[in-house]
Amino acid sequence: MHAGPTAQSTLRRALAGFAPWALPVLLVAAWEGAARLGWLSSRVLPEPWAVVKAFHDLSSSGELWHHLGVSLGRAAIGFGLGAGLGLLLGLVNGSSRRAATLLDTTLQMIRNIPALALIPLVILWFGIDEAAKQFLLATGVFFPVYLNTFHGIRSVDAGLVEMAKSYGLSGWSLYRDVILPGALPSILVGFRFALGLVWVLLIVAETISSQDGIGYMTMNAREFLQTDVVLVGILLYALLGKAADVSARGLERYFLRWNPAYR
Amino acid sequence: MQINRIEETEVSHAAGRAVRSPERPPAHLTLRGLTKRYAGRTVLDGVDLTITPGEFVAIVGRSGCGKSTLLRAIAGLERPDAGHVGIGIGAGGGQNAAPEVRMMFQDPRLLPWKTVLQNVALGLQGADERARAALASVGLAARADDWPAVLSGGQRQRVALARALVHEPQLLLLDEPLGALDALTRIEMQELIEALWTRRGFTAVLVTHDVQEAVVLADRILLIEEGRLALDLDVGLVRPRVRGSAEQGALERRVLEYVLGPQRERISA
Repeated sequence: MHAGPTAQSTLRRALAGFAPWALPVLLVAAWEGAARLGWLSSRVLPEPWAVVKAFHDLSSSGELWHHLGVSLGRAAIGFGLGAGLGLLLGLVNGSSRRAATLLDTTLQMIRNIPALALIPLVILWFGIDEAAKQFLLATGVFFPVYLNTFHGIRSVDAGLVEMAKSYGLSGWSLYRDVILPGALPSILVGFRFALGLVWVLLIVAETISSQDGIGYMTMNAREFLQTDVVLVGILLYALLGKAADVSARGLERYFLRWNPAYR
Repeated sequence: MQINRIEETEVSHAAGRAVRSPERPPAHLTLRGLTKRYAGRTVLDGVDLTITPGEFVAIVGRSGCGKSTLLRAIAGLERPDAGHVGIGIGAGGGQNAAPEVRMMFQDPRLLPWKTVLQNVALGLQGADERARAALASVGLAARADDWPAVLSGGQRQRVALARALVHEPQLLLLDEPLGALDALTRIEMQELIEALWTRRGFTAVLVTHDVQEAVVLADRILLIEEGRLALDLDVGLVRPRVRGSAEQGALERRVLEYVLGPQRERISA
C-alpha cells in the first residue's frame, strides 16, 4: 500500500516538472505537422527539422560558436561596464545625500532618453564599430541597475541601522553587514532586469552593422533567404535570454537564501 | 548549573577585550533635568531620577507619555535638549572604562541575512564561543545556525536578549520587548529575564505599558505622565514572586488607578 502513493507522487512531480515545457513542445509538434502537410512554405517558416539541421551544420563548421562567442563577449563587456557603473553610482548616491543632490537630477533626465534614440548620435561619435555597440549596451543596462541600487540603499530598515550602530558597527562594517545585504534584494532585481535588456540591445546593435555576432549571422541569412538560419539565430537569443535569467535567479537564490521568499 | 558554566567562559573571554574589571559590577544611573522636545512639543520635561546599581526598575505610562523617549535618551539614541544622563560604576566612577549599556528594542531587530549565531555575535570578533553560551542561556543553543526568519516571535526576542547579554551589560534597557508576544510566551520571557537578572545582577530598566508585568518584575515602578515622573513606587515583594498573589493584585490595582485616573488626587510616594 505504501508504494502506490509514493509512485503516484513521483509521477505527479515529474508531470509538474514537465508542465512549463508542454506548450513549447506542442507548438513545435504542430509546426512540424503543418510544414509536412505543406501548409507552411519554407520561405515563411522552415520545418523544425530543417532548423535542427541548420543548427547542426552551423555548429559543426564552427561558424555558430564564433558568432556566439562574439555576441557573448559583447554582452559581457557592455553589461559589465553599464552594470558596474550603475552599481557604483547607485551605492554612492544612495549612501550620500550630497552626491545624490549633485547627480541624481542629471541622471534622471538622461534616463528618460531611450537608449535606442541615441543610435544616430552614437554612430556619429563612435562610428559603427565595437565602441558604439558597447556604449549602447552600457547606457541601456546602467539605469535599471542604478535605480534599483539607489532605491535599495535608501530603503534599508532604519531600525536595523540604529541597532547595528548601537552595537558598535560603523563605517565599512556597517556597510558590509547591514546596508549592502539590506539593499541586495533590490540590487538583484536591477541586475535581472538589466540582463533581460542586454539581449534586446545586443540584437539592435548587431543588426545595425557588424561583421560577426548572432545578429550579423541572422541578418546575413535573411539576405540569402535562409529562413532556417534566421530561426537558429532567433532561438539562440531566446536560449541566451533564458540562460541569463536562470543564472540571475541562481544568484538570487544564493545571496538571498536567508529570505523565505527565495527558497 | 548551566548558567554557572556560561559565566565562567564569559569571564575567561572578557580578559582579551577592553580593560574592565572581571566582575562587571552593575551600573548606576542618574538623570538630572532631562528634557526633550520634538517640534516644539515637550516630550520629557526635566526628569530627575536616580537608579541604584542592580536595581530592576519598570517605567509605566500611557502610550505617548515619553517613556520610550526616556529610555532612548538613556541609551544615547536621542540627544536631550537639556539635562544630563550619568551612567557609572562604583562611587568614584569606573576609572576609564565606560559601563556596558545594551538595549532591547520593541522589535527584535535581527539581521535577517545573518544566522542566529552571527546575530548574537554582532559587533564582536571571534566571539562564537561566547555567543553560543549566551544562546544557551536563553535556551536556543540548538537554533544557532538557523535564519531568524524561521524562528517564532518569542524566539526572535530571545535571540535579541542573547545578543544584549553576550556583551555582559552592566545596564540593560528594555523597551517594551515583550509587547508583541502572546500571553504565555510573555510569561516565559518574563521568567527568563528575571532569572538572568538574578544570576548576573545587572541594572535593568524596563519600559512597559503592562502594569502586571511591571509588578511581577520590578523592584520599583515609575509612572511617567506628560513627560514628568508622576509616581515612584517601591514594590517590596519578595522574590521569587508568586504570579497572581493577592499582594501583587493589590499593587497592580493601585498602579492602574494612578495610570488611569490622572485627575485623581495624588498621594506622594
